[in-house]
Amino acid sequence: MGAKDFIGSLFLKELLQGMAVTASYFFKPKITVQYPEDKTPLSPRFRGLHALRRYPNGEERCIACKLCEAVCPAMAITIESAERDDGSRRTTRYDIDLTKCIFCGFCEEACPVDAIVETHIFEYHGETRGDLLYTKQMLLANGDRYEKEIAGNRAIDAKYR
Amino acid sequence: MEALILNFFQWFWNLFGLWDSIWGWFQHLWPLVWSILRIVAILVPLILGVAYLPYFERKVIAFMHVRIGPNRVGPLGLFQPIADGLKLFFKEVLVPTKASKKLFIFGPIVALAPALIAWAVVPFADGWVLADIDAGVLFLLAITSIGIYGIIISGWASNSKYPFLGAMRASAQMISYEIAMGMALVAVLMVSNSLNLSEIVRVQNVGRFADMGLSVLSWNFIPLLPLFLVYLISGVAETNRAPFDVVEGESEIVAGHMIEYSGMAFALFFLAEYANMILVSFLTAIFFLGGWLSPVGFLPDGHHWLALKVSFLLFCFLWFRATFPRYRYDQIMRLGWKVFIPICITWILVVGVWMMSPFNIWK
Repeated sequence: MGAKDFIGSLFLKELLQGMAVTASYFFKPKITVQYPEDKTPLSPRFRGLHALRRYPNGEERCIACKLCEAVCPAMAITIESAERDDGSRRTTRYDIDLTKCIFCGFCEEACPVDAIVETHIFEYHGETRGDLLYTKQMLLANGDRYEKEIAGNRAIDAKYR
Repeated sequence: MEALILNFFQWFWNLFGLWDSIWGWFQHLWPLVWSILRIVAILVPLILGVAYLPYFERKVIAFMHVRIGPNRVGPLGLFQPIADGLKLFFKEVLVPTKASKKLFIFGPIVALAPALIAWAVVPFADGWVLADIDAGVLFLLAITSIGIYGIIISGWASNSKYPFLGAMRASAQMISYEIAMGMALVAVLMVSNSLNLSEIVRVQNVGRFADMGLSVLSWNFIPLLPLFLVYLISGVAETNRAPFDVVEGESEIVAGHMIEYSGMAFALFFLAEYANMILVSFLTAIFFLGGWLSPVGFLPDGHHWLALKVSFLLFCFLWFRATFPRYRYDQIMRLGWKVFIPICITWILVVGVWMMSPFNIWK
């Protein structure tokens, strides 16, 4: 250790430099987002609560191809299908277990008819485990309720697809 | 002050016309009542300070992290300490099955008691001291070194490995740094020629600069600068604060001696840590920063100056915590034994020679 280093360490030179850094941050504007009042902006690709969409004429989009079920890495999706009276192939059961779901968005990507989508709703909860098992009726209800936002987000993102 | 309060008592009991009948025996009791009143007058602000110091710690560290810190409980989060206190108060004090029960409860009490007893000799302003004894520094050194027993006892009584490791670290660290602290005080005693804390402050107000109205230049921290730094840093190590908090290093031994404690028993450790922080800040201000003295001649001396200096030192404690990463255990030992103690011995020699030389500034 040279004489210069010795004097420097004796008078805490580097420690004072470090303290100058923290002191300068003390006066900087704070970047905290105060959550319930303020929220961070969400991307149109945000992956939150799932929804099943319908066509404008009210017909459900899902054709029970089961691609989402196959691609789901967490095996959170369960689908059963049957032929409807008019001869089209439809789901009789479409469950997503949100306690298993990892919100990867693969189901959304796999879907050939844009039926299953993830909305930007993330403030939901369940008080028992069963509450987070979303059935076909609940998912369709989500789709009906948020259709405007879903369509809007997909329109924004369309040019990048 | 004493007469004023006595007059208040007289007025109060005279409302019922009882004063004359009471005074007969009350005059023998008065010294005791007066002492208790003064103790309460010291402890109540101290406990309030201890309650609010963690709040300010969280705020200061948050600000240095570019965050806001607690701001939900009451205006600006000012009721946060009350909420925290109530939470701890209503929690159960768990005692592990295989712990040594009596010692387990005894540990936190021993940790807290010396942190409060030491305040007996701390002068807040000229004459504002509970016990103006001539062996004040000796009393402080004796009392503050008892606090470590609380940590050792609790670490041992928990009968668990992390508390035990924490207690071992704490005892090794506190004993090492106590030596450096004591050594740093030797030079202070040499220049002030007294063990009385009030006297130590008073002699910082004499000398050429004090006569020129620049008392700030005659305070001990200028001629004894290396010792001031040693004392301050040792103080941080003594109170087991970051960056010397290996005793409760979360990543290594969870919370050291406090792991098995909950509720009020844990709160006592918490109180002791913060009371010790405030105590060390007061002592540093008294020994090196001229206690209640005003830095310049044209402003009057007073307890507000002491409060200002202590606030700054406490801010430094929080500042250190926000700035420095935790020391490694062997580095702590190296710093204590191989850096601080040699610095102290060297500077004691320098001061000794200085006092014997014609350049003596302390006469």
